[in-house]
Amino acid sequence: MAEVKSSGPGAEVTTQPRAVAEPKTGLQRLLAQYGVSYAFLLPYMIFFFAFLIIPVGVAIWLSFTYFNMLEAPRIIGWSNYRLLFLEDDIFVLSIRNTLFFALITGPVSLTASFLLAWFINQIRVRTIYALAFYAPSLTSAIAMAVVWRIVFSGDRYGYMNYFLMRMGFIQEPFLWLIDQRTMLPVIMFVMLWMSMGNNFLVFLAGLQTVNTELYEAGKVDGIAHPLQEMWYITLPSMKPQMLFGVINAVVLMFSAGFEISLSLAGLPSPLYAAHMILSHLYDYAFIRFEMGYAAAIAVILFIITFGIGQGALRLLSTKDE
Amino acid sequence: MIIRVGKFKITSGEFTTIAALTILAAFMSLPLIFVVSHALKPIDELFLFPPRFIVRNPTLRNFQDLLIATYSLNVPFIRYIFNSVFVAFCTVLGGVLLASLGAYPLAKHNFPGRHAIFIVVIAALMFTPQVTAIPRYLVVYQLGIIDTYFALVLPNLAIPYALFLMKQFMEQIPAALIESAKIDGATEWTVFWRVVMPLVTPAWATLVIIIFVGTWNDIWAPLVFTRTESMRTLPIALQTLISQGSVARQGAYAAATFIMITPPVVLFTLVQRRVIATMAHSGIKA
Repeated sequence: MAEVKSSGPGAEVTTQPRAVAEPKTGLQRLLAQYGVSYAFLLPYMIFFFAFLIIPVGVAIWLSFTYFNMLEAPRIIGWSNYRLLFLEDDIFVLSIRNTLFFALITGPVSLTASFLLAWFINQIRVRTIYALAFYAPSLTSAIAMAVVWRIVFSGDRYGYMNYFLMRMGFIQEPFLWLIDQRTMLPVIMFVMLWMSMGNNFLVFLAGLQTVNTELYEAGKVDGIAHPLQEMWYITLPSMKPQMLFGVINAVVLMFSAGFEISLSLAGLPSPLYAAHMILSHLYDYAFIRFEMGYAAAIAVILFIITFGIGQGALRLLSTKDE
Repeated sequence: MIIRVGKFKITSGEFTTIAALTILAAFMSLPLIFVVSHALKPIDELFLFPPRFIVRNPTLRNFQDLLIATYSLNVPFIRYIFNSVFVAFCTVLGGVLLASLGAYPLAKHNFPGRHAIFIVVIAALMFTPQVTAIPRYLVVYQLGIIDTYFALVLPNLAIPYALFLMKQFMEQIPAALIESAKIDGATEWTVFWRVVMPLVTPAWATLVIIIFVGTWNDIWAPLVFTRTESMRTLPIALQTLISQGSVARQGAYAAATFIMITPPVVLFTLVQRRVIATMAHSGIKA
């Protein structure tokens, strides 16, 4: 069986196993009463803390050290951060590239995902369209490079050059993947192509959960056009899905850009024109083994993504509704 | 205006929407169609200029080449496939199990710390996984499992995204169902396996596909945690084929791309409806 209908989305919490005789110390009582719950959570939590939570703490600590994997880490204060922002031009460039990339592709991808989901929701045959838009997000950036290298090939037979020259937009073949003006835009284009992923499905599913009575009420209140309906009814009632979508998009934009950059422009990319924060992190951590410095890069990336996530949390909060 | 096609009636608005979506869907599918067509091209068509989009004389020769000849890859290509399949299988199994076990008490029990734990999980949704790459590397290094399958599986088992989706979905299960099972004498363990898990099939089907795709396409873990060629996975082998980029390998490269891209798409097609059912509960109310 597939689905359970329940009265509402809130958790209906079952009462806990019988309270146990003679309470002893606080901890023992806690374990006796809720031990089963903790036991279920334990395996996840072990891995969660070992490979996610503690590493974030360690990364923060390492960012204040000099550490080359051979000697023990040596505390050097803010020096890594000073170096990053004052001396390391390539890092500053990588931040600029990453922000440019993420701040455009992120919102565009979210909007496109929502609009596509909204349009698909208006028609009856949905599955095949959903598949067509979602399938690109299932592909590996590395594998798809085979296509993009042909499309954006620098000679006159690359599909892009061929097309633009036929149409008379350009006279000479253009070096899409080598010219520093187009490298990043090409990567963004590829990212958009493969970004209609889980968010698109989240929105598609979310649209089907919007309370239909709201639409009826809207008609009574004089909402006539479907676009008005979308703006005044659908969007506000999908805030929780939006929040989930924004958080996913942030993570995706800051990590997937690196892979596409790696597969299309290489590491390092010509003139660092497609250098991402993650490219810089990878370079220092696993090629030069300057772990302290790389940790500082990681911490800055963490602050950026976490900051945007928190901002989204504020903006799309449904607590007071 | 109403348009009639045989038995079907559609409004002109709907017709426009369908037409626009069809064009866009077709356009977005082009790269994937190209991958399939490219993999089936005989050598002379691979090097045709201008490149031909659709293959004229399809052949399986490229696959034969890829699987039999090893080119300058140091291990047979089938080893990369095995590594990828094995690592994805273990990660999916462990990831779904951990997420389901952890989600059950979060969704259905009331215990001290429940809310706090959930807040931490939501916060962890915002972590870019690579942020923890260095300490993770140190943990893996200290455990002495660099360059083993453990290094490719263990660090990726706790997935906040998976726990979150599973918890949201499990909240839909009526408390009465669980209660009545308990009255019949079932332990929490039996309730979990006999009542809860069968009811959340869509959710775990979704997690299977999400975790599979994530692991299958992941380039970071094999890049960082493996040293020897025999432990590398498919994306790394592809990256190697790309960087060698010579004429003789174009066919094998096209075939490898096809092998890389097909399994996630096929798997998703199989569970599409369940994935959408799961995503309906994915909103964060905060």
